[in-house]
Amino acid sequence: MTAGTATRSVASRITNPWGKPRYLPLLTGLYVLWSIIPVAIAVRFSFNAGRSSSTWQGFSTRWYVGDPTAAESVLYDQSLRFALTQSLRLAALTMLVATPIGVALALGLTRWRGRGAKASNLLMLIPLVTPEIVMGVALFLVFDKLYDFVPFGTWTQFLGHVTFSISFVVIIVRGRLFAIGRDYEEAAMDLGASPWEALRRVLLPLLAPALLASFAMVFALSIDDFVISQFLLGGAETLTIPVKLYSGARLAPPPSLNALATLLMVITIAAIVFAGLMFKFLGKKLGGGEGSALETVGRFEI
Amino acid sequence: MPTNLASGAEYDTVGQKRWVWPGFALPGVVWLALLFLVPFYAIFAVAMGQLDPILQRATPEWNPFYWDPTVFAEAFADLFGGQLGVIALRTIGYVFLASAMCVLIGYPVAYFVSRKAGRWRWLWLLLILAPFWINYLMRMMSWVNLLSPDGQFNSLLLNLFDVTDPPSWLAGQHLVVIFGLIYGYIPFFILPLFAALDRIDNATLEASRDLGASNAQTFWRVTLPLSRNGVMGGLVIIMLPMFGDYYTPNLLSGSPRTRMLGNTIDQLFNQTTSQGAVGAALTIILMLFVSGLMVYYLRSINRATAEARR
Repeated sequence: MTAGTATRSVASRITNPWGKPRYLPLLTGLYVLWSIIPVAIAVRFSFNAGRSSSTWQGFSTRWYVGDPTAAESVLYDQSLRFALTQSLRLAALTMLVATPIGVALALGLTRWRGRGAKASNLLMLIPLVTPEIVMGVALFLVFDKLYDFVPFGTWTQFLGHVTFSISFVVIIVRGRLFAIGRDYEEAAMDLGASPWEALRRVLLPLLAPALLASFAMVFALSIDDFVISQFLLGGAETLTIPVKLYSGARLAPPPSLNALATLLMVITIAAIVFAGLMFKFLGKKLGGGEGSALETVGRFEI
Repeated sequence: MPTNLASGAEYDTVGQKRWVWPGFALPGVVWLALLFLVPFYAIFAVAMGQLDPILQRATPEWNPFYWDPTVFAEAFADLFGGQLGVIALRTIGYVFLASAMCVLIGYPVAYFVSRKAGRWRWLWLLLILAPFWINYLMRMMSWVNLLSPDGQFNSLLLNLFDVTDPPSWLAGQHLVVIFGLIYGYIPFFILPLFAALDRIDNATLEASRDLGASNAQTFWRVTLPLSRNGVMGGLVIIMLPMFGDYYTPNLLSGSPRTRMLGNTIDQLFNQTTSQGAVGAALTIILMLFVSGLMVYYLRSINRATAEARR
């Protein structure tokens, strides 16, 4: 081990192109501060006792739970509460529908060799590389002109969210399918299991962490989405949290908007931490480095 | 043991029926066909359709033999020499400047965290991941608060540099919009680059040193070329949504001076309802702009899948 450590310290001197290594941590530190401080300030002002988003007037939770009569906290302002429930409802629905469809599609696409497999694979990939605004326009037009039996609002938003989520599930699950390989299933079948039993009792348990990670990932994607939710908006009660932030941010918003944003952040962090833990659990069980899991998340987060 | 399961290669055809795997894929394929492919086609059908003379609504033309390219041709003409051309050039300018800054700031950060962060690497990683957990609109909203006339940024300027008459940051400043784009998208550049740099084997760099290369030579001739795919991947990932962005300029400026291609589309769909055909034509033009990026991204996903499969 000592040899390894020595090699590493020598290597770290060798590979550094900037001479003195201090610039890099300094720059990275500044970057991190720059990326986090504005948000930290916004979170802080969600606890402001006053009405301002820029002058601190003491700590209070009034913008979260305060005062039913004034109706200006997230809990009592109807429009803010609508946004919160709409976002949660959409994310939960999307998660429950997109994940099973995506898992089945991943299984199908990894093993289906026949005619149409290539085209289906392409059809799955294109939504990943399509700018959201294009998908938003496309879905808006199709619901406006062709599927006009679907009312704009929760239904269209739900259908849109599932559409962009399916491909993410496929990518996550397919990566794990490659890592698992076919050996376990074949072993099960050699031991007398039918292909269906092998799938249900061997492959699905092995896929469980990827499945849970997909649930969490889709939840986070959906609750974070802005463009699709906005293009497929119905009445005022279908504004999601991001749409509400967007429409309120320019108009000198009260700190209750910061409170709403902070709640969204907490919910997203919970979902992503859960997904991350699942990846880690998965990585330990089946190999596959931190880098690849991170890349999966990072690649497709936008 | 049943003999027909004797060799692994036969499972697909013998152990299970041919339709099983396509059957698994079917719900997803049908969903995407109905809710991605058809909508995608609807953009063209509406752009090349007719305008209802009474209601002034765009009527889609589903049969390509009857497509009427008038609206699209007008938009295309506007692109060369009209107002739309100015907006397109501005969009390209914003996207390229912001992307270049993302590379300049993001590369050293990704390089440090992936290869130099030492024992506290996990903490650095957590910190550069933090923006992923925060909604884009919230991150923009916090800058709207900071940059507002009575915001903290102006008080900072007043206290530190005695600036009493600062410009109004949120009223159509090009630099503020570009700054917002950098701030918004740089985390999405850093992460794939981090992953690419992380994969470079230390032994490769040691070999370079053993063969007599200096630190700088090793960086420029080994590390940098090896991270090329990471840089390109990160660039594609941020440029695609940047080209279609409309919320960043809307929040940080809202002025026609900073209008991007996405803003013109947003305006036609989310602020009025009658201009479906023009909006669809503009969306096609936007797709023409990003089609190269889309193809590159598709190929890199396919390459990564092929590598994972091996």
